Amino acid sequence: MSIKGKAYLAGIYEHPTRHAPDKSTSQLHAEVAKGALEDAGLSKADIDGYFCAGDAPGGVMAMVDYLGLKVRHFDSTDTGGCSYLVHLGHAAEAIAAGKCSIALITLAGKPRTGAMPPRATGAEVDFEAAYGATTHNVYGMCAMRHMHEFGTTSEQLAWIKVAASHHAQYNPHAMLKEVVTVEDVLNSPMISDPLHRMDCCVVTDGGGALIVTTEAIAKSLKKPLVRMIGHGEALKGPRGGKDLNLTYSAGVWSGPRAFEEAGVTPKDIKYASIYDSFTITVLMQLEDLGFCKKGEGGKFVADGNLISGVGKLPFNTDGGGLCSNHPVNRGGMTKIIEAVRQLRGEAHPKVQVPNCDLAVAHGTGGLLGVRHAASTCILERV
Amino acid sequence: MDNPVKYPTPQGNPETKHFWDQAVEGKLLIKRCTACGEAHYFPRAICPFCFSDKTVWEESSGEGEIYTFSLMRKSATGPYAIGYVTLKEGPSLLTNFVDCDQTKLKIGQKVKVVFKTTDGPPLPFFTPV
Repeated sequence: MSIKGKAYLAGIYEHPTRHAPDKSTSQLHAEVAKGALEDAGLSKADIDGYFCAGDAPGGVMAMVDYLGLKVRHFDSTDTGGCSYLVHLGHAAEAIAAGKCSIALITLAGKPRTGAMPPRATGAEVDFEAAYGATTHNVYGMCAMRHMHEFGTTSEQLAWIKVAASHHAQYNPHAMLKEVVTVEDVLNSPMISDPLHRMDCCVVTDGGGALIVTTEAIAKSLKKPLVRMIGHGEALKGPRGGKDLNLTYSAGVWSGPRAFEEAGVTPKDIKYASIYDSFTITVLMQLEDLGFCKKGEGGKFVADGNLISGVGKLPFNTDGGGLCSNHPVNRGGMTKIIEAVRQLRGEAHPKVQVPNCDLAVAHGTGGLLGVRHAASTCILERV
Repeated sequence: MDNPVKYPTPQGNPETKHFWDQAVEGKLLIKRCTACGEAHYFPRAICPFCFSDKTVWEESSGEGEIYTFSLMRKSATGPYAIGYVTLKEGPSLLTNFVDCDQTKLKIGQKVKVVFKTTDGPPLPFFTPV
């Protein structure tokens, strides 16, 4: 059984806020749910499936009660920033299996104006906690090794931020709208070698939500039809420390699974949403998904190749996490939303990809250099 | 063994107690599976490769080389260098590089274990040879 063509993205909503001192996290979840329902043209009573991750206060039981939902299917898989890409795949599976017909997926939180929940730990805690692994230095370790093995440069990484900033200038909600140059990135302070401040994404309050449904229901609604045709998910960790290799991610497994199910290849993709927690995240993911060979990501991203209307692979046309939005330090949701906008033809005219009928939304979650997940969704305009 | 940074105290558990008992003696232990022959770190009762329960403790030489690293320029306790060391015995482990000029670290550099105190058993760190 496959999910190919079985699930449609009927509603999307990205909260316009990037700073929400006057709202609660649960409230933000409700606001994005309401926004996605309005976008779809559905009401709360229609929802019979609900998906949320570690950012949802109290988890799925508390959220379903708070929102006043009555669902027959739910899933609270938490794989960090890519949870929502995993949820989208799982929602498609549930819809294909008849376990629900209208699924809601929400993400929201306030890292700018509130405390973040502590990162979950496992059996490794005594053997790793003292060493201060943070997103910055763990992704820094990946970049350092990538540079060592393949000669990737800081200039090449900077092009990823430059491309994101070119897109963000047209997004009125983007946190950083200023177009930057490679030199600007290289001159920004070093945070954790070799990553500069501008290699890092923004920290924002906010959130987003999706409505996923059946073909029949989607066709009864007014929005352009966008459906899932492939999904893959995978996990990777040091696994006892054998043959450690930080130059690739679990995307090497999630990507091919998704492309195979969809029956398309990276060459067919018109637009790519790639989780950009850091510039190195994008570079590694592009390689892992097969947009270029391993080690050639630096050359691939250079000279504006990711800028819409300029390069061969327009990416993150909302400005991405590097410039626009990174609610709760989890970028998977906004990746899906911008991909749907592109497929609907609703992206900003300055960045809209002409005849965009096939897109990928992909992300990693957790800590790329330690334990992480990856999820790849292939989306098609019908 | 004194150090200005206060490190978290390993809590230990029945599966890892021997590791921490030996750390007190200045020994870095790894686990090796006698069924498949593979060594691993951190220690598990059951081999993460072949799933055999025939795993035994082995003292590591404490010597290895830097696989990768990143110098965190700012933190509440000052800059620190995090990285992975690949031990001579095979497994790689996450650590910090200490007692050295952290701006001079290089991938491939030879390092050796050095233990740092906590309120409980000491923790393994690495320093250039």
